[in-house]
Amino acid sequence: MSEVSAPKSLHDLPPGSVFDPARAAKLMTRHGHGGWLGLTYHAHGTGWMELALPWREELVGVAETGVLASGPIISLMDNATSMSVWALCGKFVPHATLDLRVDYMRAAVPGRTVIGRGECYKLTRTISFIRGIAHDGDPEDPVAHVTGTFMATHGTYL
Amino acid sequence: MSTIGSTLPPYATALGIHIDREEDGMPVLAVDFTDRMMGRPGFLHGGAMSGLMEMAAVAALRAEMERRGENMRLKPVNVQVEFMRGGTQQVTYALGNVTRAGRRVALVNAEAWQDDRKRPIALAQMKILLSPIDGE
Repeated sequence: MSEVSAPKSLHDLPPGSVFDPARAAKLMTRHGHGGWLGLTYHAHGTGWMELALPWREELVGVAETGVLASGPIISLMDNATSMSVWALCGKFVPHATLDLRVDYMRAAVPGRTVIGRGECYKLTRTISFIRGIAHDGDPEDPVAHVTGTFMATHGTYL
Repeated sequence: MSTIGSTLPPYATALGIHIDREEDGMPVLAVDFTDRMMGRPGFLHGGAMSGLMEMAAVAALRAEMERRGENMRLKPVNVQVEFMRGGTQQVTYALGNVTRAGRRVALVNAEAWQDDRKRPIALAQMKILLSPIDGE
């Protein structure tokens, strides 16, 4: 066996390897779109994962009001729900988002960090079902609700 | 002539999203593949793809409102995105299509494609609340 170099990306991890949410979040949010957005690890538990999206001028959707664009919220929730799947099955299984629906309850308050909480509520061999909320301080007053599905592309969840 | 370009927000311009051309009066948005658009290595991030389609949907609706001579405030209600293919390292385009725009709510579809227009990589359907901007 050759020495394994430290993975630069989450996707350098072999499929089926043990999932360490905090470490994975660091890998997933350092490069690419997640890195540009400035996503960071917030918290996790069995079947759920929270990432944080700090407010930044560049992410604004309405220049006059400073309200975040909806794109960064979708990306936050895509990543948080994606990782909640691995937080449930306990291993890293490469997968692809099949669909995502986002309901926008209200605009996030300019300047506030948005927390994305993703939750995986059902796994089959190849499909995972997820839901989640985004809030800017009070989980009882969410900015958005999401629901969607992922499909395992290499290996199976169960 | 197009005032649509000026409505692209900081988020869009930071990602390099721009108006490529117009088709039947509707703006076709385009974005290059950059690190900022990337999810898993070598592929577009689903959220970035969604963001692009949302921008295309809103731009299409603004163009429609402009055509009608109406000045409305737009508020997104929800969006449903279907991902059909992985986006690869090339230019991605998106175009919105206003399916129905009444006085209070609009339904707008958008699709994203790369080198083959007939093989979209993702679809989005967006509902947007309309309210008149007072005093204008």
